[in-house]
Amino acid sequence: MRHLPVLIPILPLLSALLCLIFSRIERRLGKYAVLAALAASFFSSVLLLVKVTQSGENIHYYMGGWMPPLGIEFVVDPINAVILAVISVVAFFVCMYSQAFLKESEWLEQGGFYALFALLSAGLLGMTITGDMFNLYVFLEIASISGYGLIALGRGKSVVASFRYLLLGTIAASFYLLSVAYLYAITGTLNMADMSRLLMHQLDTPNVLLAVSMLIVAFGLKMALFPLHGWQPDAYTYAHPAAAPIVAGLMSKAPALALLRYLFSIITVESIYVEIGLKAIGFLGACGIILGSVMANAQKDFRRMLAYSSVAQIGYIAVGLSLGSVYGLIAAVYHMVIHAFMKSLLFMVSGALQYRYGEVSISIDMLGGLNKHMPLTTASFVVAALSMIGIPPTGGFFSKWYLLLASLEKGQFLFIAVIVASSLLNAVYFFRVIENIFISKDAELTSLQKEERLEIPFSMLMPIVLFGIAILAVGLFNSYFVEEIIRLGLPEVLAV
Amino acid sequence: MNNTEIIAVLNEFLAEKGIYALVLILFFLGLFGMIMCKNYMKKLMAMNIMQVSVIFFFLCLAQKEGGMIPVLAGSVTDSGAYINPLPHALMLTAIVVSLGTTGVALALLIRIKNQYGTVEEDELLRRMEE
Repeated sequence: MRHLPVLIPILPLLSALLCLIFSRIERRLGKYAVLAALAASFFSSVLLLVKVTQSGENIHYYMGGWMPPLGIEFVVDPINAVILAVISVVAFFVCMYSQAFLKESEWLEQGGFYALFALLSAGLLGMTITGDMFNLYVFLEIASISGYGLIALGRGKSVVASFRYLLLGTIAASFYLLSVAYLYAITGTLNMADMSRLLMHQLDTPNVLLAVSMLIVAFGLKMALFPLHGWQPDAYTYAHPAAAPIVAGLMSKAPALALLRYLFSIITVESIYVEIGLKAIGFLGACGIILGSVMANAQKDFRRMLAYSSVAQIGYIAVGLSLGSVYGLIAAVYHMVIHAFMKSLLFMVSGALQYRYGEVSISIDMLGGLNKHMPLTTASFVVAALSMIGIPPTGGFFSKWYLLLASLEKGQFLFIAVIVASSLLNAVYFFRVIENIFISKDAELTSLQKEERLEIPFSMLMPIVLFGIAILAVGLFNSYFVEEIIRLGLPEVLAV
Repeated sequence: MNNTEIIAVLNEFLAEKGIYALVLILFFLGLFGMIMCKNYMKKLMAMNIMQVSVIFFFLCLAQKEGGMIPVLAGSVTDSGAYINPLPHALMLTAIVVSLGTTGVALALLIRIKNQYGTVEEDELLRRMEE
């Protein structure tokens, strides 16, 4: 029980190491190791979530028994326990979903793919749980480097997309490291809690100004905040179809949570520079919402449309952070959770289309009559699309609702206008797809796979349907979710 | 201000903050190279320059005048007598990370070269259109 926190990132890391060896012995063994590790991580994070919400006290784990500030510390509070559970459950089901794509490949390809997959999950889980600033950098790089690999495994222009992301991702990591250096220079510690205590009396020093601006650039690049999103559409579009759901669904969430932690728990809004930084994030987020939605309308490629809509969705998280009030942060965290499910479900649907019909099916014009061939997939897609637009009772409605409440409370009418306008734009581009599916003439597509009883293999269909149910469930139980979990974990100091 | 005063001010600046100024120039030189170079190999080299500058920055933080190696030698317990070993330890990890990134980047470059026959950005974009 005591060692649960460390198991969460360690098990996927271990399975990544063993994956290739196991795959050499038996082709599928490596995959099972990764699946088992992710399931174990999920159970550990759920147990920790229950424990932390019941006791109301954060759980601390000290690596190797070295007490902070000397040793590395893992901290579990209600918010990051939720994100940990979401990351591990999404990773587990995407791993299950990816089996069908690789069933005929050689041991090396299969082992390599699952090793990268497990490393990516371990990196994201580690980034979320760690309480040490340099440890966060290491996990950030683990996640990024395995992410570059997974993106480059795709077809077509994926290698170029991956190389560009590598350059920008390294700039982000260097900026993060510099900001750590500036903070370390005035406090001499790397532990987050200790840093927060030592920074309390020097919040208005120039070092903090530099650190805050560099943190915003670093995490903004990683989460594809508006002017820094250049790498994102190509990377999401050309990523390996089996890995695209996890790349698109999760890789932006862990940096967003890290940014929240830095701005609200470590440096805190008492610093004037954080206040200015939050205003900047809010403005950029609002621009991103509009630009992402407009660009998504202009796309013909289904995946590219989803990628641009991600720019807009990250904008919602940024606006929630910038409002900085109770409702603002609730909206931001809630949106991280619901967006992880929505975006991975949407990319799983696009992957399922690619699996069944090949590359041609990925254009929006070719989706006519999809509901007749793939009814369950279409139903789940419609749930996710409605949630993206923000129609109750899906989860997407409630994150927008909290966001609107927060903007009203603070009198930010610009944000209200932006959110309403972007919901309309979302409706336009998702209904374009839905219209194509249900009303357009049947597209002439030939299935690449043998006819079976189910539309796509069970291992692909189950995650898709389950995520559709999860989106509804997170929406229906939102009051429990917000009051009993997220509210407990909010930082002590909020922007008033 | 006459010449000697200017030189004195300059000397003081270089002695206290000169190394940081140089490191930051190196950092932005790397960033500039990554933006301006059209060749992907050169972009990668500029990226390495940037990473090295961050490593230097950390090492400068650890430096102190008259500091010795942080080895427990005899009865010296004064922390001012040692160089801070923590930044060095951190930068060992950062060097390993930068090695990993460079390795992945080179592998990707080889694949780009095989697929498109070039690593020049303009040419590459033209061939990707086709």
